[in-house]
Amino acid sequence: MISISNVSKWYGSFQVLADCSTEVAKGEVVVVCGPSGSGKSTLIKCVNALEPFQKGEITVDGISVGDPKTNLPKLRSRVGMVFQHFELFPHMSVMQNLTLGQVKVLGRSQDEAVQKGLKLLERVDLTAHKDKFPAQLSGGQQQRVAIARALSMDPIAMLFDEPTSALDPEMINEVLDVMVELAREGMTMMVVTHEMGFARKVARRVIFMDSGRIVEDALKDDFFGTPRSERAQLFLSKILHH
Amino acid sequence: MFSGYDFDVIQRSLPYLFRDGMTFTVTLTLIAMSGGIVFGTLLAMMRLSRFVPLSVLAGGYVNLMRSVPLLLVIFWFFFLVPYIGAWVIGAKEPIRVGAFWSAAITFTMFEAAYYCEIMRAGIQSISRGQVWSGYALGLNYWQTMGHIVLPQAFRNMVPVLLTQTIILFQDTSLVYVISATDFLGAASKIANRDYRLVEMYTFVAVVYFIISYTLSQLVRRLQDRIAVVR
Repeated sequence: MISISNVSKWYGSFQVLADCSTEVAKGEVVVVCGPSGSGKSTLIKCVNALEPFQKGEITVDGISVGDPKTNLPKLRSRVGMVFQHFELFPHMSVMQNLTLGQVKVLGRSQDEAVQKGLKLLERVDLTAHKDKFPAQLSGGQQQRVAIARALSMDPIAMLFDEPTSALDPEMINEVLDVMVELAREGMTMMVVTHEMGFARKVARRVIFMDSGRIVEDALKDDFFGTPRSERAQLFLSKILHH
Repeated sequence: MFSGYDFDVIQRSLPYLFRDGMTFTVTLTLIAMSGGIVFGTLLAMMRLSRFVPLSVLAGGYVNLMRSVPLLLVIFWFFFLVPYIGAWVIGAKEPIRVGAFWSAAITFTMFEAAYYCEIMRAGIQSISRGQVWSGYALGLNYWQTMGHIVLPQAFRNMVPVLLTQTIILFQDTSLVYVISATDFLGAASKIANRDYRLVEMYTFVAVVYFIISYTLSQLVRRLQDRIAVVR
């Protein structure tokens, strides 16, 4: 579904991604972790071309992301994305957030879009808040709306860029629950996160990145059992300590 | 103290001052404001464009307009626009534009440079993430701008845009140099005809003050109300 091969990216002379290659198969859940500044957020943003890259190739469902001839808006509309800071549109109600893309990009009628939006709000348990504005919701609620917004486009894959790291601890689970449910339904997911509990529960593979490189790319049990690289061992020992 | 003055001249000329003069001033202000904001917003988008020729072009325009005195631009346009117009439509004679449209074009072009800088700051105040999330939904550049960035930028900037418009309202009085009958122009004509300069110019100053001060107080109140909820 998502294939990343030999991707490198520079900011000026500073290399943020170095020769990254990996793959996410249809229905697979892959967790990307690593210390901050290791390039994991940049990598996931390259997948739907929010960040350009200078070398290598990424394809999504067979379509090349880096090809200048690719219709990027169309490609992006098929890949859902959830951001660290939610990025709901603050000047629109929850329902407007959910219908904008459906109407403007997919050409659905307003009624159709609202119906779909209501269904998704029910799913993330926020039906009562449909007419509120993002600022009136808690962080956890906002992130659930953001997930619903991404799902409103009927994506073939979902990208999560640290979806819980801006949340208060007591709100993390409500968001993770939605993600676990999605994973169990067979959604293709690439998730940048430090939530190792989530990784243990639903990931098939875990990718560990450091200084722009993919240091470890292993099945979940292998990764948590015996990470091969020292860097990954150190990282795990630090975040699993408490 | 006021024995030598005849303040009745004001009352006598009120219909002319407001029906002709103030209508001209307000219409000109409104046209230059709407035209200037639209054109200024486009300029701001060009300035922020990653396509270098566009941003250089817009930057050059803005810097030029902001470095030239308004009075000069008014004169310059007044004498030049007929020739440019003739050149555009291919006429042999310079076309007659008239003081009003000449002024409307001048103020739109001039104010656009100032509105541009305001909108540029407004657009830059919107986080990268908002743009990303628009793109991630599959919106294209114009949709992302139109539905996400500009509405928020505009809302953040409304007080500053209105303050600039109050300045524009005062600056429109400069059109009297091309003999247009704006509020000041109308008063000036009466003043000279009846030789009541002190009375008329005092009255004009009071009117400008009342309108501008009231508007700026309204802007201040608005500013408190729309402090954007995040």
